[in-house]
This record gives sequence, structure tokens and C-alpha cells, in this order.
Amino acid sequence: MILTALTAALAAATLAGLALGSVRIPPGQVLEILTGRAEPSPFRTIVLDVRLPRVLQGAAVGAGLAVIGTVLQALVRNPLADPFLLGVSSGASVGAVSAIVLGGIFGLGTALSTTVTIPAASFVGALISLVLVYALARGGGGGFATGRLILAGVAVSYILTALTSLILVTADSADHLKEVLYWTLGGLGSARWDMLALPCAVLAVGTALLVALARPLDLLLVGEEGATVLGLDTARFRAAVFVLASLLTGVLVAYSGAIGFVGLMVPHAARMLVGAAHRALLPVVALMGAVFLVAADLAARTVAAPQDIPVGVLTALTGGPFFLWLLHRSRTHEGAPA
Amino acid sequence: MKLCTEDLGYTTPGGARLLDGVSLTVADGETVGIVGPNGSGKTTLLRCVYGALTPTAGRVLLDGDDLTALGAKARSRRVATVPQDGQAGFDLTVRQVVAMGRSPHKRFWEGDTAHDEELVAAALTRVGAEGLTDRSFTALSGGERQRALVARALVQQPTVLVLDEPTNHLDIRYQLEILSLVGGLGTTNLLALHDLNLAAYYCDRLHVLRNGELITSGTPKEVLTSDLLAEVYGVTAEVAVHPATGSPTVTYLPASR
Repeated sequence: MILTALTAALAAATLAGLALGSVRIPPGQVLEILTGRAEPSPFRTIVLDVRLPRVLQGAAVGAGLAVIGTVLQALVRNPLADPFLLGVSSGASVGAVSAIVLGGIFGLGTALSTTVTIPAASFVGALISLVLVYALARGGGGGFATGRLILAGVAVSYILTALTSLILVTADSADHLKEVLYWTLGGLGSARWDMLALPCAVLAVGTALLVALARPLDLLLVGEEGATVLGLDTARFRAAVFVLASLLTGVLVAYSGAIGFVGLMVPHAARMLVGAAHRALLPVVALMGAVFLVAADLAARTVAAPQDIPVGVLTALTGGPFFLWLLHRSRTHEGAPA
Repeated sequence: MKLCTEDLGYTTPGGARLLDGVSLTVADGETVGIVGPNGSGKTTLLRCVYGALTPTAGRVLLDGDDLTALGAKARSRRVATVPQDGQAGFDLTVRQVVAMGRSPHKRFWEGDTAHDEELVAAALTRVGAEGLTDRSFTALSGGERQRALVARALVQQPTVLVLDEPTNHLDIRYQLEILSLVGGLGTTNLLALHDLNLAAYYCDRLHVLRNGELITSGTPKEVLTSDLLAEVYGVTAEVAVHPATGSPTVTYLPASR
């Protein structure tokens, strides 16, 4: 029921994403173009080659970030986790930027190597930062107090963002600077058909695996000791989740930059609809994330048209206040965050 | 069928010796209490038994099998526990929390079958919590939560049930209720208790710990004496057999008026 409604919402958002923009195309005509019944025209090019890849990438990235957020929240047992807030996205950015810059130096900039090396470097960066934040934020009893978690995330995030800036400033790539800057703010403007396959494949496989892992993910919610006595090898499972979450983050960030707060807001809203058990939760989270980012990107390229605002700026504008509200609520609910 | 520890010891990585050379037994179907002052090693002992801690010395044997050598999953099919702090981090229903107890019997990708649903419903009925099935676990009172967690331990279908201070933070009515419930389950039970009168009434035998060492073992009548209470707890107390319960009852006497 909820899944059907969300699928319909995704279809509507996709249609709007294809029809609206600097040129308005009537939805009827969009449908004709999509079903292949339209003659070649400039509209057809706009819909199929410009807007469709962007909408699809938005859907993939939105779904992926929301799924990662959900899983990270289970991992640290704290609803205030998000790939962006925990510095995982910054780690992925450092990896990606290093790969771009080093690729430029060593002449590895061929199409094949960039589609593989940048996401790979991004994955390594994400994994390192995730393990680092986890180790720093972990309190005595294996718990994660909100304060520690956010401090560790912010500190690691700052260091990594500074590192990205350092690489960019010292690198001999002034001509790419604006492009890279736009990318680090988190945008979907560079979406192209030939860059969709990898993120979509990784998203599909990663999400399917995580849905299959719903039972052990649920067990994480009762804490490390609770999960152990219910038969979960927590160390091994945690390592597997680290790798999966970093892989998803790495690949998505490599293509779209660090888009924040999607992974914070969407899981929260989805839990209110279907509860915290992951088998029901993850598909809803993925669809909601897709709808959310497609809609947000549509807003990003229409509110100040013809200016194309990076969608990450928009999600931060809505997500920041949401985060503050959650933080306030968690204080009134469980006493002062330690 | 028997649970026993052999020269069990646990020393923290920092060098604190929390448990030293503890050898005790729990016979099939027995309800055995671990008593002793705070910091005597009760929780450490139980955590070694249910596998949250790996002992640094000795072994825990269940029917001759070394529990520490079993994997987490194989162990959780035979030993279940009701954790001291049973908070779920996120909002799950009571049914979902109880169904987690089926995990030891499942491959990780398997969902719950009709059989699992029946076991969950039966366990909730057994602990008198069938009305709570669709309630939010975090919204339960302490006593309700404790009963739900006992139900979760039951659907694990364990041989041994380990409970660490199951009466903590409960009103006296629920303390009696939870202990009668556990005693009537037919499982082999190992409990840490701080209330000596409850321990005397509900346990078949008691093991007394102090500073990580086993001081004495026996039936409540054998163990709970004025001399032992003075030695282990440093209190003056009188022990009498209560005419109504037939169990020893401890009355603490203030050191000075």
C-alpha cells in the first residue's frame, strides 16, 4: 500500500522532472517521447539526453543515500547518523578528488579508468573515514552517545574537507576548479547516460543485499551484547556493513558529490510510516529517498532558473533545521545528550 | 544435562581480576542463584556463561560441550539471557522484539514463518503478555518489558536461561511475578539476585561470590547463615525459617541504634 503510493509519487516526480525546467514541455509530449512515439525534435533531445539521465541519477543517489543513512543509524544505534554528518561523504570526496588530481598528473584520465578509479578511490576514502569515526565515537560500554558521535563526525569531516581543499588548491587544475567545486557541493548537473550504469548497479545490488540482511540489521538495534546473545557474530557483521555502506557512499559520492541530510531525514520519516524493522523499512526508505531527491533537484534547477543551484545546498537548507529539531527532541526525550 | 564452570576466571585487559577460579554446577531443571555484594563478580560470571565475555581462564561446559568454543549462533540456541538493560534503540513492536529470539534458528536472510509466529504468540501467552503483542516496546513499563524479554528468551528454545538481576527496577509485585514465571518454565535457570529473601524462596541452590571468588554453595538453608552474612556482606543479621514459606528469611539488624 505504502510502496504503491510511493511508486506513484516517484512516477509523478519523474514526469515533473522531465517536463519542467528552463524549457517547459507538456507532460503529454514527455510521455510520447518516453514511449518512443515522438518524432526527433529538440524537445526529444532535452528529455532523453539531458533530463532523463539527471532524474535517474537523482533517484539512484537519493535512494542510496537514504538506505546508507538507515544502515548507519542502525550501526551506531542513533537516529542522528547520516553519511554526510558522520564524515563518510567527506572521506569519499577526498578519495574522489585525489583520484581526479592524481589521474590528471599521471595521465590516467581516460574514460574507462575514471569511471573505475574515481569510485574506487572514493570507496576507500569512505571506508577509512567510517572506521575512524566509529572508533572515535564509541563510548565505554559499546554505546554511542549523541554528543560523541556528532563531535567525532564533525572533527573528521572538517579534517577531510580541509584535505580536499588542500588537494584542490595545490593541484594544477585551476581550469577544473569550478567544476570540482560544484561537484563537492553536491549536484546532479553532470549526469550523463554513460555514467549511470555503475551507480545504478551498485545501488541495486547493495540495497538487495541489505534487505536480505534485514534480520541481523534488526539485531543491531538491541545493542552489541543483545545481538551477540541472539547469535549474531557482531564483529564480522559490522565489518560487512562497513564495507557495504562505504561502497554505496563511495560510488554515489563519486558521481554526485556529497549531498547531505537525505540520509538523515528520509529514514526518520519512513520509520514513522512502517516502523524500525528493516525488511519493511529499507524498500520504503529507498523509494522515499528517490522521490525526495528527484523533487529537490527539480526545485534546485527551477527556483532560481536559469541558475542551477547545487541540490546539496537545498538539502542542507532543509536538512539542517530538521537535524536541529531532532537534536532538540532527543534531548527532551532521553535527558541531556552525553 | 548439566551446566558447569571449571576454574572460570576473567581478568580485564587493564589487569583487574573480576573472577578467579570459580567452579560451580547447575543441574538439569534447577533454578540456581548467584548472590554476593556489589562488585563480587556476579554479572561477570553470567556474561561469561551467556557469551558476552570470553573468559581468560577456565571453561564453561554445557553437557560436556565447551560453550566458549561454540560460535555465537550455536551457543545462542542453547543459552538464552534476559539482559539487564533491555532497551531497544529504535521503536519496534513487542512482536518484533520477541521474534528476534528466533534468529539463532535462522539463516540470516530468512524471514519469520507461520511456525515462528505461533512460537512468538505462545511465548507471549505463557508470560501473560499476549495483550502487549502490537504495543511499542519502548512504551512498555519495566515489568511488561521484562516479561516481553523473557518471552524472547523462550522462543530461542534454550536449555539454559541466564538472568542478571531480573527484578531490578521492578515493583515488588512484578518481582514476585517474574521469579515465579521463570521458576515455572521448566528450563535450567541461572540468576544473579541481590535480594537474599527472594533468592532463598525461589532458588533451589545458591552460590555465594565475593571478590570474584566462590565462597560457598548449597541450598538456601545451608548457605544463608548469620556467620556467612557477617563474613561476606559485613552485616549483622538473623536468619529464621519463615513458617508460611518454609524458606529461610533474613532480617537485617542495624549495627547500632
